[in-house]
Amino acid sequence: MSDFSRRDVLKAGVATTAAAVGAGLMPETAQAAWTNQPEPNASLRVLRWKQFVEGDIASFMASTKKFTEKTGIKVRVDSESWEDVRPKAAVAANVGAGPDIIIDTNDDPFKFPEKLVDLSDLADYLGGKYGGWYDTCRAYGTHNKRWIALPQGVNVSCINYRVSAIKKAGFEKIPEDLPGFLTLCQKLKGTATPAGFALGHASGDANNWTHWCLWTHGGMVVDPKSNVVLDSPETVASLEYAKQLADTFVPGTLSWLDPSNNKAFLAGELGLTGNGISIYTVAKNSPDPALKAIAADMDHARYPIGPVKKFTEQNLTLSAYVFKYSKYPRAAKEYLRFMWEADQYNDWLQSSNGYISQPLKAYAKNPVWTADPKTTPFRDGADRILVNGYAGPLGYASAAVMGDFIVVDMFAEACSGTQTPKAAATRAAERAKRYYQV
Amino acid sequence: MAVEMHSSDQSAARAGWRLRDNRDWLGALFMLPAAAILLVFLAYPLGLGFWLGLTDAKIGEAGHFIGWGNFVSLAHDAVFWLVVFNTTFYTVVASVVKFALGLYLALLLNERLPFKSLLRAFVLLPFVVPTVLSAIAFWWIYDSQFSIISWVLIRLGLIHRYIDFLGEPWNARWAVIAANIWRGIPFVAITLLAGLQTISPSLYEAATLDGVTAWQRFRHITLPLLTPIIAVVMTFSVLLTFTDFQLIYTITGGGPINATHLMATLSFQRAITGGYLGEGAAIADAMVPFLLAAILFSYFGLQRRRWQQGSAD
Repeated sequence: MSDFSRRDVLKAGVATTAAAVGAGLMPETAQAAWTNQPEPNASLRVLRWKQFVEGDIASFMASTKKFTEKTGIKVRVDSESWEDVRPKAAVAANVGAGPDIIIDTNDDPFKFPEKLVDLSDLADYLGGKYGGWYDTCRAYGTHNKRWIALPQGVNVSCINYRVSAIKKAGFEKIPEDLPGFLTLCQKLKGTATPAGFALGHASGDANNWTHWCLWTHGGMVVDPKSNVVLDSPETVASLEYAKQLADTFVPGTLSWLDPSNNKAFLAGELGLTGNGISIYTVAKNSPDPALKAIAADMDHARYPIGPVKKFTEQNLTLSAYVFKYSKYPRAAKEYLRFMWEADQYNDWLQSSNGYISQPLKAYAKNPVWTADPKTTPFRDGADRILVNGYAGPLGYASAAVMGDFIVVDMFAEACSGTQTPKAAATRAAERAKRYYQV
Repeated sequence: MAVEMHSSDQSAARAGWRLRDNRDWLGALFMLPAAAILLVFLAYPLGLGFWLGLTDAKIGEAGHFIGWGNFVSLAHDAVFWLVVFNTTFYTVVASVVKFALGLYLALLLNERLPFKSLLRAFVLLPFVVPTVLSAIAFWWIYDSQFSIISWVLIRLGLIHRYIDFLGEPWNARWAVIAANIWRGIPFVAITLLAGLQTISPSLYEAATLDGVTAWQRFRHITLPLLTPIIAVVMTFSVLLTFTDFQLIYTITGGGPINATHLMATLSFQRAITGGYLGEGAAIADAMVPFLLAAILFSYFGLQRRRWQQGSAD
């Protein structure tokens, strides 16, 4: 580390900036200065979520290697499936030992905010340099106005549909209003390619669309003061809408787990569903002509907007944070800065192939979003989501309500008709109270 | 070891010799390693589990003692009671069927059959395949769009649309029970077969000379002599079924609408996925009375010789 000085950092920053400006990837806004002196002989351990796509980890590791070459700081990266990072992070926070940096999901840093290094200077620097943070990413990163985590991106879910199917149903594109969307799904019913959304315990797909449906009707689990307000007329309205929608679904959605809609869509038996870009990626890259035909005949759209008149999507959000127990907090910050700078971040975004959308607005100009117009709807995911546990704070309770599938089960009960919408809302509110009152 | 120390003090040496000759003391000494293993690896985790059930611990947070709070809250939790029902139903149905089919299979395999050893090896297959793999296979077999069962039935013209195996609560319950039975039969069958082979053929020969029917032979020779094995096998079978996790977690994730959630999977969902260790531990604790009942049943069954021999008491 001895050969690494503040001047090198500045030089690296200038070079990066010049490259990014030259590539037209970032606006030439005023930039906050960045000064940081990593600890001598530092080394870092990073724990991150396991890749969804090959390109992600390859680019991530190449940039990490570049960082080590540049700074001499050794970095060891371990990855685990995102659901397994969660308990490990909590244990690391509790025992005060473990990885220096964890790249984790959703509410996790808010379970132990006081154990995390203040990243405000870094977040301000990156925000100033790259067009600012999206509001939801700011919410996922700040606790009491202090940055405790650095949002890495959003794993966006969109409406996936077969173009020919909706044309046959008399639609040119996915309606942006709820009644129109319902009509489309009703017209798809009885065709070879009906609609279908997961209603089983699918942590991604089922949470994505049920939260969207709840929020877009104005329903919410808790108010800003963490009072459980789920048992409301808005929630009941969302459940009644979902029931009508579910009546048009392909059979079996109550049993669907995360891979189920991918399988059905790729088999040509599904005309419309909610998913990340994975279905398209698999179809496009497959040598199978049947799948190639599906890729050519499919497209993506944003979820419709209901009475609240704004986007209310729910997606998995990824954030990096540094533990206070780390012996090298300055080196950790330096690593994060390097990885979030345009040279590295743009490459990573591109390699992730639309799976992840950016937390910093300047990166919306990345060519990955325009080279193939079918990826464009995924671009502004961060602009369309609400944070978990909306409208309450992020923390243990918001994570537990999602982990225990309370909203998903409520929709499943109402959609299957095993409970009336009102009864389903009351039952779910009782369960949510358990977590918000402990 | 103290008893092997060389000491110039004669009385100490004598005391050492006495200890070495004392069978009680030696017995206790030899049991120490076993006791240590039981304490460290069984009693401590069990005690910790109970303690966690009495706290509001979360993953990464030690938690505070809250008395019976978790249990009181579970008592008012409709999902918990549904899961208790699911678990009991799952265990009773699967265990009874596994026993019936397992015993039938064992009796068959005990006959003179061609390729006997090969057949016995085949019977073990479901038990040999890792549970998660067979669970994924069942997940495909029961798939709402790709089920091979539905496909065959449609081709045969017996049904007109795919069966929603896992999307309808009762269908899903029967489907996971069937998967569990498939996986559990070999254990019952092979163990009972071992039991059957310990029955002396001379008993059957004597019975044949007396001109008994096949049913009488089974009822008065096979069953009474097999009872001790049956007690052990069924205890294990009930324990393994009651605590099943992998099949459910892989095939349904507890769905649809918690219809196949078992106590083990709900405990995991609340403790690990949800982060509320205390409540998850409380659900696990709530399994103990059921398991204890199964163990006591077997214990007394094994102790009572007359009961073993098929008498009324």
